[in-house]
Amino acid sequence: MAKTILDVKKLSAGIADAEDAQILHEVSLKVKDGETHVLMGPNGAGKSTLAHTLMGNPAYEVLSGKITFAGEDITDYSADKRAKLGMFLSFQNPLEVPGLSMETFLRNAIREKTGQPLKIFSFKKELEAAMEVLQMDASYAARDLNVGFSGGEKKKAEILQLLMMKPKLAILDETDSGLDVDAVRTVSEGIREYQKNQQGALLIVTHSTRILDALHVDYTHILVKGHLMKTGDGSLVEEVNRHGFEKYIEEEVKKWETR
Amino acid sequence: MGDTVRDVDRSLYDFRYDEDDFYRIESGLTKDIVLRIAKEKNDPAWMRDFRLKSLEIYNRSQVPQWGPPIDGLDMDHIATYVRPNTGMKGSWDEVPDDIKNTFEKLGIPQAERESLAGVGAQYDSELVYHNLQKEVAEQGVIYTDLESALVGEYKDMVKEHFMKLVPPTDHKFAALHGAVWSGGSFVYVPKGVKVEIPLQSYFRLNAKGAGQFEHTLIIVDEGADLHFIEGCSAPKYNEANLHAGCVELYVRKNARLRYSTIENWSKNMYNLNTKRALVEEGARMEWISGSFGSHTSYLYPTTILKGDGGHCEFTGITFAGEGQNLDTGAKMIHVGKKTSSYINSKSISKSGGVSTYRSSIQIMKTAKGAKSSVDCASLMLDSRSRSDTIPAMDVRTSDADVGHEAKIGRISDEAVFYLMSRGISEAEARAMIVSGFASPVSKELPLEYAAEMNNLIKLEMENT
Repeated sequence: MAKTILDVKKLSAGIADAEDAQILHEVSLKVKDGETHVLMGPNGAGKSTLAHTLMGNPAYEVLSGKITFAGEDITDYSADKRAKLGMFLSFQNPLEVPGLSMETFLRNAIREKTGQPLKIFSFKKELEAAMEVLQMDASYAARDLNVGFSGGEKKKAEILQLLMMKPKLAILDETDSGLDVDAVRTVSEGIREYQKNQQGALLIVTHSTRILDALHVDYTHILVKGHLMKTGDGSLVEEVNRHGFEKYIEEEVKKWETR
Repeated sequence: MGDTVRDVDRSLYDFRYDEDDFYRIESGLTKDIVLRIAKEKNDPAWMRDFRLKSLEIYNRSQVPQWGPPIDGLDMDHIATYVRPNTGMKGSWDEVPDDIKNTFEKLGIPQAERESLAGVGAQYDSELVYHNLQKEVAEQGVIYTDLESALVGEYKDMVKEHFMKLVPPTDHKFAALHGAVWSGGSFVYVPKGVKVEIPLQSYFRLNAKGAGQFEHTLIIVDEGADLHFIEGCSAPKYNEANLHAGCVELYVRKNARLRYSTIENWSKNMYNLNTKRALVEEGARMEWISGSFGSHTSYLYPTTILKGDGGHCEFTGITFAGEGQNLDTGAKMIHVGKKTSSYINSKSISKSGGVSTYRSSIQIMKTAKGAKSSVDCASLMLDSRSRSDTIPAMDVRTSDADVGHEAKIGRISDEAVFYLMSRGISEAEARAMIVSGFASPVSKELPLEYAAEMNNLIKLEMENT
């Protein structure tokens, strides 16, 4: 039986150093090895906050609750420690780092993560193969990280990092936003590659469903105003597709009123 | 996130040796002292007179008032001439141990073995080592200490060019230099000769409360090509030291000169250095300049684009840490038609350090069709630090193409988090961002300097 990789228990969180800034309210969810979870919800539901809080972004603060990853309580861990344990976050808006080439960055990241010297030859081969899956021109390896990349190229670069870093759990924050149909297909291809090669778990944060068309989904969670309203199987995606979030928003309002 | 960025670790440079048996002239500046320097150095008569005239100019000129304060500098307490206890050697084996060890620690003999065509090493006021590879010498390249050049085969050439680009009347410290200069290099590359590997001079100021006033004179004749590297360092003392060097570069028709320098002085150093290049028709001048150490720096390499179609590129980086006030930049004077210049400057300030970018672009009436563009970016690592940009432009033609772009920024927390989310520690993430910021400059540096620069940045980011 698959082991639980991520266990989020009654997590409340908000913007750090700000008053009345609570965004997440007692969110609980469990992800097992190799499972694919989808987190959906309307704009402003707190999906990105959850993704960033799980990864340890210091811009957010855990107010209560607990995050366990690969059996370790990581609630107070810094982001690099979480990454070393096997967590990965694909950013909605990847940052540009002038003067740092993508390849140098990847080499450093892999070295830091594994604590081992890098085997340059196999690294190069792997990088080439991953870039081919993502239909990225080989010249991107030498370019400064995300600098001057289009929206689509940035997202592909995120998935490239995912394939190279080989995490146990990848959180994808709105990876499909701003992508055209072809780019969504290519990115999905990359994500499938990760599922296939790594048997890696996924938590896909999205408010559309395009990226899910080609992926098998095990669980779907619906987040409204920081409350996890419903957890279902893959068919919930289909339901949301047809009816939208309206029902859950109303429910959330009621829940609030009855308190 | 705490401030994990510390000052540049200078411990590598902070070793020093006694100078008990060195000849050291008493502190201060008088006619008597200048005459004694002239005598010590066996100056030709014209040079002795030149020194005295420079002293007069020094005495009547004012300390510049427009830059960082230099009140801490008291000429009555600066020894202008300290001669090490050795003559100049052509082999490291003959150089006294303490001095040789100094240069060994700085990696100079190793660099010479591995990647240089010639090396000059100056200790305090005099060159202690000089060597040029045979193949390069056979091409007719002259690379010697300036004192030898003054009386040797090229003495007329030296006299004709010495302090003509930077006359003693230029400013008070140019006058001081004219009066007490000592050491430095003379390089002449004959017509059409391409020197494939770089030449390097290294200046080390070991003595406490002393000044270093080396003079570099380089003439790259028509169609010739040279890369010259200068490195400087000094250990730290509590007393102020002064560096008022002078660099004069002549780049003849269709020649090319790349002049790379890393100034890594200790933090008691007043670095008031003057560098100037004259670029003739179709010639190309490239400055690579790194300013790390010193208490206070005034440094604005100037290029006079005299001939038509001359081109100059300046690439510079300045790193100002605690207690440092580094005022750096570049000056371009366009005289010839279709001359072009490009300035790319980066500055980093931290722990209350002040870095000022100061530049001047002058397009004269004669410079029809001139082009100039300036790109300067500053990175402040904390809120106590300061970064200023003072660009001046004086354009006297109607068809000049002049552009300026300035950016001032901080390390974004989001970018640090982004790198950390890939398993990179916070200190390493910051170091990567700073190194990345500096990379347009470091990738232009000779490899060993680029590695040193990145190591310094990295070390400092990791020290908490």
